[in-house]
Amino acid sequence: MSKKFWETLPQGSVVLEAGSSAKFKTGGWRSMRPRWIEENCIQCMFCWMYCPDMAIKATAEGKRAEFNYDYCKGCGICALECPGKKGNKAIVMEEEGK
Amino acid sequence: MGKIVAVTGNEACAQALKQINPDVCAAYPITPATDLMQRFSSFVNDGKVDTELVLVESEHSAMSACIGAAAAGGRVATATSSQGLALMWEMLYIAAGTRLPIVMPLVNRALSAPLNIHGDHSDGMGARDTGWLQFYSENAQEAYDNLIQAFRIAEHLDVRLPVMVCMDGFIVSHSIERVEYIDDADVKKFVGKFVPVHPLLDLDKPKSYGPLILTDLYHEYKRAQHEVMTKAPRVVLEVAADFEKMTGRKYGLFETYRLEDAEMAIVVMSSAAGTTKDIIDRYRDKGVRIGLLKPRMFRPFPFAEMADALKHVKAIAVLDRADSFGGMGPLYSEVAGAVMQMDSKPAVTNKIFGLGGRDYLPDQAEYVIDELITIAKTGKVKTVKEYIGVRE
Ligand code: SF4
Ligand code: SF4
Repeated sequence: MSKKFWETLPQGSVVLEAGSSAKFKTGGWRSMRPRWIEENCIQCMFCWMYCPDMAIKATAEGKRAEFNYDYCKGCGICALECPGKKGNKAIVMEEEGK
Repeated sequence: MGKIVAVTGNEACAQALKQINPDVCAAYPITPATDLMQRFSSFVNDGKVDTELVLVESEHSAMSACIGAAAAGGRVATATSSQGLALMWEMLYIAAGTRLPIVMPLVNRALSAPLNIHGDHSDGMGARDTGWLQFYSENAQEAYDNLIQAFRIAEHLDVRLPVMVCMDGFIVSHSIERVEYIDDADVKKFVGKFVPVHPLLDLDKPKSYGPLILTDLYHEYKRAQHEVMTKAPRVVLEVAADFEKMTGRKYGLFETYRLEDAEMAIVVMSSAAGTTKDIIDRYRDKGVRIGLLKPRMFRPFPFAEMADALKHVKAIAVLDRADSFGGMGPLYSEVAGAVMQMDSKPAVTNKIFGLGGRDYLPDQAEYVIDELITIAKTGKVKTVKEYIGVRE
């Protein structure tokens, strides 16, 4: 007898696959988009540390790299925490789609 | 062979937990369940069990810790009463929705306000929709027996749901009765080894508990949860049959007493069933054909089986030791649901009794039976829902 769809769900809604959240691209939720202004960046890596979605990439040498817009929800925490250079932020938030 | 002892309901349940030796208990004290876990904590202290006892700061935390321990892959138990159960409310749903076989004696007690520590079923009835299986016990023996069976039922691979084993606060939890204990080795064999399903501590197979599931799948998960409940009665009866083989004590989804040839029936749960049986005997001596149905399993509710057991009666009085204010008593609603499945539609009345530990006395049972006799004769119900044993 073939099972109904709901009979195939894992018991207790347990997710049995490790790291499956990577499949769920949350970037689509974003209404504000962070932009990196590299000349103002002092490579403090605050943004990388503070981002709740691990949406700031780092190079193998541990340097600041581009945003991962597949997962960046546009919360603006990185822009808030960014010290920038001489009062000039290295991250600014801009309205998505503009 | 087991041994016969004189113990309270709490003592008997603590003994059952000792014999089962769960991996983890997380508990917070509340009258009248305090004494149960206090006794169990002495077993932990004295090295009689290997249980990790987690002393938490509230019942919400107790159930949370139980959920964590059960998800980790342990056999888990706790106990509570009244406000304690109320404080667990949101976690109760999570335990059931996550399909964690936690077992919890619930020593039934009234809910505030006004503050009252005595026995009624308001706490258990408030949790009837949480997805837990619920068993109600008439006396200490039943509480002990139900608790041992509860682990087998909860942990059965076709069920995997949490189970509450209820007994009346003080009336059963603190009264000394004759109880037959089963041998430790037999309990151990009966309950068997705990088989974890998707344990978090299986580090080779990482997994996540508690995902966000929205409109795409939530409805399907609930459909699946409902299905499990429909399978539970078969497991409950299988476990009861095995239990009878071991002890000679018979359990079903409900108990019937002089119901086979009855014209009228009283449906009542827990300790009040004992008093009712005595009064039924007196009326039977006078030739009145009255019987009793005592639900043991309230969740899932055995609608079809109950409809079958009551199909020949003309009038039914459902006695609720809890009220749904502005609605009907919770047991009445279920029995009425069962009656709707019958071809013969007996008259059904609802009596609210014994709230906050008010004694259920023989004259209340007599009043109910006298009224049933009139209803059976006339087919007319004057008052559907009525409080009995009220000081007027
Ligand atoms: S806006 Fe928020 S989510 Fe996006 S990169 Fe900055 S901190 Fe991360
Ligand atoms: S917080 Fe600002 S300055 Fe620091 S690394 Fe990120 S972008 Fe550069």
